[in-house]
Amino acid sequence: MNPRRVAVVAFAQTRHRRRSAELSEVEMLMPVLHEVLAAVGLRTGEIDFTCSGSADYLAGRAFSFTMALDGVGAWPPISESHVETDGAWALYEAWVKLLTGEADTALVYSYGKSSPGQLRDVLTRQLDPYYLAPLWPDSVSLAALQAQALIDEGATDERALAGVAARSRCAAEHNPHAQLAGSAAPDALLDDPYLVRPLRRHDCPPIGDGAAAVVLAAEDTARRLCPRPAWIRGIDHRIEPHGLGVRDLTRSPSTRLAARHAGLFDDDAPPVDTAELHAPFTSQEVILRRELRLDDDVRVNPSGGALAANPMMAAGLIRLGEAAARIHRGESHRAVAHATSGPCLQHNLVAVLEGEA
Amino acid sequence: MTPAPAPEVLSAPLAVEFPFTRSLGPVQSAFLTGLRERTVLGVRTADGRVLLPPVEYDPVTAEEIRDLVEVGTAGTVTTWAWNPAPRRGQPLTTPFAWALVRLDGADTALLHALDAPGPDAVRTGMRVRVRWAGERTGAITDIACFEPYESEPDPRGAPHDGEFADPVRGIVAPARLDYVYSPGRAQSRYIAALAGRRTMGERCPSCRKVYVPPRGACPTCGVATEEQVEVGPRGTVTTFCIVNIKAKNLDIEVPYVYAHIALDGADLALHGRIGGIPYDQVRMGLRVEPVWTEGGRYPDHYRPTGEPDADYDTYKELL
Amino acid sequence: MSKEPIAVVGVGQTKHTAARRDVSIAGLVREAALRALEDAELTWADIDAVVIGKAPDFFEGVMMPELYLADALGAVGKPMLRVHTAGSVGGSTALVAANLVAARVHRTVLTLAFEKQSESNAMWGLSLPIPFQQPLLAGAGGFFAPHVRAYIRRTGAPAAIGSLVAYKDRRNALRNPYAHLHEKDLTLEKVQASPMLWDPIRYSETCPSSDGACAMVLADRAGAARAPRPPAWVHGGAMRSEPTLFAGKDFVSPRAGQDCAADVYRQAGITDPRREIDAVEMYVPFSWYEPMWLENLGFAAEGEGWKLTESGVTGIDGDLPVNPSGGVLSTNPIGASGMIRFAEAALQVRGRAGEHQVEGARRALGHAYGGGSQFFSMWLVAAEPPAG
Repeated sequence: MNPRRVAVVAFAQTRHRRRSAELSEVEMLMPVLHEVLAAVGLRTGEIDFTCSGSADYLAGRAFSFTMALDGVGAWPPISESHVETDGAWALYEAWVKLLTGEADTALVYSYGKSSPGQLRDVLTRQLDPYYLAPLWPDSVSLAALQAQALIDEGATDERALAGVAARSRCAAEHNPHAQLAGSAAPDALLDDPYLVRPLRRHDCPPIGDGAAAVVLAAEDTARRLCPRPAWIRGIDHRIEPHGLGVRDLTRSPSTRLAARHAGLFDDDAPPVDTAELHAPFTSQEVILRRELRLDDDVRVNPSGGALAANPMMAAGLIRLGEAAARIHRGESHRAVAHATSGPCLQHNLVAVLEGEA
Repeated sequence: MTPAPAPEVLSAPLAVEFPFTRSLGPVQSAFLTGLRERTVLGVRTADGRVLLPPVEYDPVTAEEIRDLVEVGTAGTVTTWAWNPAPRRGQPLTTPFAWALVRLDGADTALLHALDAPGPDAVRTGMRVRVRWAGERTGAITDIACFEPYESEPDPRGAPHDGEFADPVRGIVAPARLDYVYSPGRAQSRYIAALAGRRTMGERCPSCRKVYVPPRGACPTCGVATEEQVEVGPRGTVTTFCIVNIKAKNLDIEVPYVYAHIALDGADLALHGRIGGIPYDQVRMGLRVEPVWTEGGRYPDHYRPTGEPDADYDTYKELL
Repeated sequence: MSKEPIAVVGVGQTKHTAARRDVSIAGLVREAALRALEDAELTWADIDAVVIGKAPDFFEGVMMPELYLADALGAVGKPMLRVHTAGSVGGSTALVAANLVAARVHRTVLTLAFEKQSESNAMWGLSLPIPFQQPLLAGAGGFFAPHVRAYIRRTGAPAAIGSLVAYKDRRNALRNPYAHLHEKDLTLEKVQASPMLWDPIRYSETCPSSDGACAMVLADRAGAARAPRPPAWVHGGAMRSEPTLFAGKDFVSPRAGQDCAADVYRQAGITDPRREIDAVEMYVPFSWYEPMWLENLGFAAEGEGWKLTESGVTGIDGDLPVNPSGGVLSTNPIGASGMIRFAEAALQVRGRAGEHQVEGARRALGHAYGGGSQFFSMWLVAAEPPAG
């Protein structure tokens, strides 16, 4: 039995910013919801299933998502769910819902305001609470440990990482939603001091606030709502052990496995032309390219990726949205999108999207 | 229609702080007690690998593992990162390296700080040893940090029964995160108006309902509310409860009445305290008005106006 | 394309208690998971994916704890999804897991929900200070008590109804070895003499704060055929949400709850829930919510729910037993409470509820709600597989 075909039919996001103190979460989110629904001409009441992603810890508010629901207009009551992680996993839950046949359309959104807190400290609370969290190892330091392992292995060097940063931020000059765009040349970047050696500021994502939303639709509904739907050919996610010392930080077996299950390596699969990778740190792009077997013909992060804007809990969903939007615009035939969660790429999601064959 | 005034952006510090009490289970208890006794314990998996720090479940097979092994206190750096600006709570206050260290006799690495004079003194593969904290309580911080230490690797591990006198069964893990809270546009407008002792609701442009306090969106229509509508000051108690337990973080004497109050002109009730009347005489339908105190951001409480009670049918839709 | 039928082939839970000082968070969830695997006679290798739920992360002070729990739940190399829909999360988590089977994405899924409330303090976790907001109240009881008063006003229910529910559920808990509260000496008089905390809610009419976890193994038709013990079959499942506060909201009988129940009954082909459903595990954190939900879920006409309670219909030997396990009033690890309702419903139709088994239960409803009476999740399970 062939599963139902499900597509991303619309995508919207905020213009991501360092801070948005004048807006509550729902005030930040609501325009994005309006934009994405307008793109397909649907009202909330015409959406069969809604799923969102966010994390209470970012802004220090328990049940933050219950207030964000105000922006949806959930009346009459809606079929709705929420994941406490990046919205890419909300999209996954919605995709499953559409596969069951219980829904033909889904609204997926996520948002994160990192500006109220100290993100590097906040993310330490994700770590094992007995051995790691009491040491408050911040997210940049953990990524730096991973980058050093990669350099030791000979897979990259600081100059190459600066190249990733420069390429991403130059690409972001064409992305009106980017928080950071434009870059000095890689060699000039190397004159900057280290943030946490071997990472410099340019190797790290900007910290900021933002939101994103997509609409999913199945089969004929997708064709009706979108001239060129981005069909989800496969989507899968896998998790790794939590202990950093247990993992080979230079590898991402969960990304490789998710990609295989998403059909990226299928014998009959044509190559992808575009990749949107959720690599908040330059060194993580090196790892992901290798695991996804992307060669130099693939356009990697034409949006600028997470190095151009990394609103927590939305940045993964944005990768899926950006990849889909390129298909919508006819700029890509087949794209791979990736989202990550947890320290040093612990949990990874991979989706293969394609335009009408 | 009164246009919304441009709100001043309000913000205030918000500290989320709690001393979490964590029970450990047998393996973590043995490890942390061992640290107190300057003994480092790993755990052996069924296939013979020694995991350090010791976890309770094999990451590969998911099987429970309890076979403890004493490993060395010297080891080898497997990767590192130089941290020039230590942050609050981190093991050292002077610049240090984060390091993953594989202790002699272990097959996996432990994350901790490495005290070294500078990044040029650190490299992958260097030998280090544990520097013990002067005062040890049975916590990961009983290892103060690692320090450089030239030595030959000694890969032998010795079985250990994990038994210690007075074992540590739990830890207290205080955690404090500091935020700057901003309530957003609609609530900022509301709070600004309260400073003039006026309660301003906002009308939904779609369903025309008046929201007090406004929260930025009409929750049933999913659109921004903006039109300012002054409501109250009087209102009706729609329902309430009598609170008889004192909350630690609240400076309110019990018993007191916590009520839902539909201010005149509002389409839903806000919450407030009722005073100026014995608590056991408060009733649904009671007409009330705000009582302000000097410097208060909100009405301190609401008191009876003396008007006749509102008829149930006039407020039952607001319950 | 038709959905794959979903079977509950394994159920496990911890002995719920105020503080499990002998285990880590991982040790707690592990215990429930292992018991579910043992019930299904499966091993970690048989599990395709893990779906985990819990209430706010502040309760344990661990952000997205599923990252740390991946190893303990055998999730390494597998998909692991974390759900959070406030108090209804235990139910929602089970439904997300069920959809993975229904959609034929996976064949065997472990789903689990937990809370280890002794790591902090629920009163703190639920009442984090918010600048610019007037602190008026702490804890959930004060939030829900005015709605209980509104129910009493609307229906004219006698004041003693709340104590009847509390007494019944606590007595039922004595038959359930996993229940947190085992108050052997409790009498109705003691319930009625217990202090008024948030008038009209008395101390004995409120839920405890528990450490606990609950897990289920869900399987497809083939998995059910291999199962060593009778499965419970999912005949309907739904979630509904409405906003927290809005003009016209009915806190006493929220429309989201009515709609959710109607959807589940439609899927299961139930037209008369009062007659066709044999047992209900309903999320009743404060005793008065039993009559309120009886009306909201269509078991009684509006204003009539308390009469079912008063006449003993909801007793374990009654016509429509509600919370034979002792319910949330006897056990409340918040994030797990919804899943315990779903799992207890499954145990009833599997005939595996032990001392609190409802004689001949063939169809049972599991119900959970959360937030400001705004998030609902429910499933209907039966002893027979769905038709088709």
